[in-house]
Amino acid sequence: MTGQTNSDTKRRALLEGISVLDFSVSLMAPVTTRLLAAYGAEVIKVESIRQHEITRVSAPYKDNLVGMNRSLIFNANNTGKYGITLNLKHPRSGEIVNRLITWADVIVENFVPGAAKKFGLDYEHLQKAKPEVIVVDFSAQGLTGPYSKHPGYGFQILALTCFSHFTGWPDREPAAPVGSYTDFLCPPLAVCAILSALDHRRLTGRGQHIDLSQLEISPHFFIPAILDYGANGRVQIRCGNRSPYASPHGAYRCRGDDRWCVIAVCNEKEWEAFCKVTGSPEWARDPKFSTLLGRKSNEDELDRLVEAWTVSFVPEEVMNRMQAAGVAAGIVQTTEEMVNDPQLKHREHFEISKHPEVGSIICENPAFQLSKCKARWPRPAPCLGEHNEFVYTKLLGIPDEEFAQLLNDGVFE
Amino acid sequence: MLHYRVLDLTDEKGMVCGKFLGDLGADVIKVERPGGDPARNIGPFYHDIPDLEKSLYWFAYNTNKRGITLNIETADGKEIFKKLVKTADFVIESFPPGCLDDLGLGYFQLSEIKPQIIMTSITSFGQTGPYKDYKGCDLVAMAMGGFMYVCGDTDRPPVRISVEQAYAVAGAHAAAGSLFANHYRTLTGVGQWVDVSIQECIPTIMAMEIGFWDGLGEIVRRSGPRRRRMGVYQRDIWPCKDGHLGFRVLGGDLGAATLQGLADWMDTENMAGPLKGMDFESLDMANVTQAEVDNWEETLCQFFRKHTKDEIYKKALEEHMLICPGYTPEDLVEYEQLRERDFWDDVQYPELEASIRHPRSFFKSSETQCQIRRRAPLIGEHNEEIYGQELGISRQELALLKEGGII
Repeated sequence: MTGQTNSDTKRRALLEGISVLDFSVSLMAPVTTRLLAAYGAEVIKVESIRQHEITRVSAPYKDNLVGMNRSLIFNANNTGKYGITLNLKHPRSGEIVNRLITWADVIVENFVPGAAKKFGLDYEHLQKAKPEVIVVDFSAQGLTGPYSKHPGYGFQILALTCFSHFTGWPDREPAAPVGSYTDFLCPPLAVCAILSALDHRRLTGRGQHIDLSQLEISPHFFIPAILDYGANGRVQIRCGNRSPYASPHGAYRCRGDDRWCVIAVCNEKEWEAFCKVTGSPEWARDPKFSTLLGRKSNEDELDRLVEAWTVSFVPEEVMNRMQAAGVAAGIVQTTEEMVNDPQLKHREHFEISKHPEVGSIICENPAFQLSKCKARWPRPAPCLGEHNEFVYTKLLGIPDEEFAQLLNDGVFE
Repeated sequence: MLHYRVLDLTDEKGMVCGKFLGDLGADVIKVERPGGDPARNIGPFYHDIPDLEKSLYWFAYNTNKRGITLNIETADGKEIFKKLVKTADFVIESFPPGCLDDLGLGYFQLSEIKPQIIMTSITSFGQTGPYKDYKGCDLVAMAMGGFMYVCGDTDRPPVRISVEQAYAVAGAHAAAGSLFANHYRTLTGVGQWVDVSIQECIPTIMAMEIGFWDGLGEIVRRSGPRRRRMGVYQRDIWPCKDGHLGFRVLGGDLGAATLQGLADWMDTENMAGPLKGMDFESLDMANVTQAEVDNWEETLCQFFRKHTKDEIYKKALEEHMLICPGYTPEDLVEYEQLRERDFWDDVQYPELEASIRHPRSFFKSSETQCQIRRRAPLIGEHNEEIYGQELGISRQELALLKEGGII
């Protein structure tokens, strides 16, 4: 990079020159590589006509028309990547795989247990071919251990990792937190592992094998409850919206169709402010609510009284009046309200990506902004096999005649 | 793996970020106000004894950090902090926007002292925008981030996840943002400012809801144990004899084997009902009615209610069925898979004459294993080590600073 001017240096994409080979098939891994693509990594997503990413055939589809390139989830989670098809079961696929391995800095996999070895994509083989390669295996329960071969998807793992136990009301069966919740806890930490591995390689020249599972990522998101069990023998359980240290603390019905506002009163100053906003009605001056202990022991009654006040206002008004007085409050936003939220709009959290088959779709930007490097996806999510010719002939340098021959032989199916 | 120094000024909003960087090997110094960070008041507490040195919440998210006390609002405190910044690679903070600027310790001020510094700021709504000064908390983030509206029972208010998630999720994103900035620094030699919005972290943990709105103009509503799929609402969570299960009715390549396995098992107890003889290979959930789904679910629930989650999980493992038990924290700590993978680390707390079980690492690596190298720091535990031995502040000066309420 000698001879570059300062302004060129500034414009340089953060992960420019980092090549990621992406064999992933569902949520946790594709979302990870999408983040890498956002900052300039060149990501090739490898699928085949039979073994494509699972979310290609997951609802919702644009306009309810089912199609391999029409899933909103797939298209939102794969922006910025090249897409190729390669039949790993074809006898001639090995030579192509070897070229791809030579090209890659990072190889991302989430095959069903055992499949990587069958295709020569296990770490042992990859490391022989390219010692400095970084291989990241995403799985439900890890690559070793007695349960490693049990296939696991998000709807199972969120139950296994206590998240359903922790969601809903104590007197009822659990509510399901958003689908595949544990899948989405993994990408930022997977990015941390990959960037640390790249840094380690820069300093030592060494690659590594990363074994990353939903089962082992998830408990990091509720360590206090694990310590509470270990130290105190207490098994925490779901408790609606209650908080051990704040009251009122909940979602309160407001004016309108199924509209709600959350309010959290965390200390005495906020309680006083809360009372002022509600016009200090008689109940707010009742001594049984004047202390935190009092509010906690009369919480059901308090919640009813709070709601009798909030129900006269739209949630925007409750939020703005509470916030103006210094009390934490927020609209329980529908997806539509969230997409149009003035704060998220200002932050450009959502942006429109143009996709050749489905037209414009809403994509998410990262939850963080870097002052010197903007996240930017160079292209929409790939249609199945969209970049075969470019990747095989231009990036890997396969001569045109050979490409045509391989194509005819069905290697790229 | 990481050989960097991190100064961690955060409260509960941001302290998870430093924990993850510490797990990766960074030398993280938690900078608390004299007397201790207010997050030490958050429970639960060890043996339920409320004490600044017994907060399990604090223990959970401050492992792999050293701890010093410093009042950065005083002139001496600022000077010491700037000295520390010169030795550091990252500063993480979670003050309200503008707060550090007012103290003369904002990103632009610190980058003059050290252009390579990366500052990561974690706030409820981000550094800019109409809500930047609004007050946030876990509940507000889950509401404003679109999570709560789709979570909970139909006939009750929307709910969050009872164990607070927003700060931990933000911590993970903040760590990722910090390391992106670090990669850029290795190329260019310059640092930058990483602005993390806790609100913006919440949509990232949702899957289909934005798609339903975007693609079909449909607003997904909360539906208890069920979730919106294809054309119907169907269960993800199922009752069983002693708790619940995670499972979904799916046909085709993905789900047929599971349903066939269940139907065969149910048939041995004459409970297969409408599932008996069904062709699950050709079952396409895009073309089923809500009434059909409800009927199958009722049959399955009746069967599951007769069996424990362990029985069902055992059978699922034998038959490779896509079912998992709904675990409690107790079940998880006892889970054989995690024990076999050496996931738990009994961290020693000599002051309490006890050990407490922590998760060891969020991934495994062939190269360097993440470890809990140290428990969370006591208040000012490493003042002597860092101020005295590393910065060379004399004992007399330290005594003066202590008396002045600066450390």
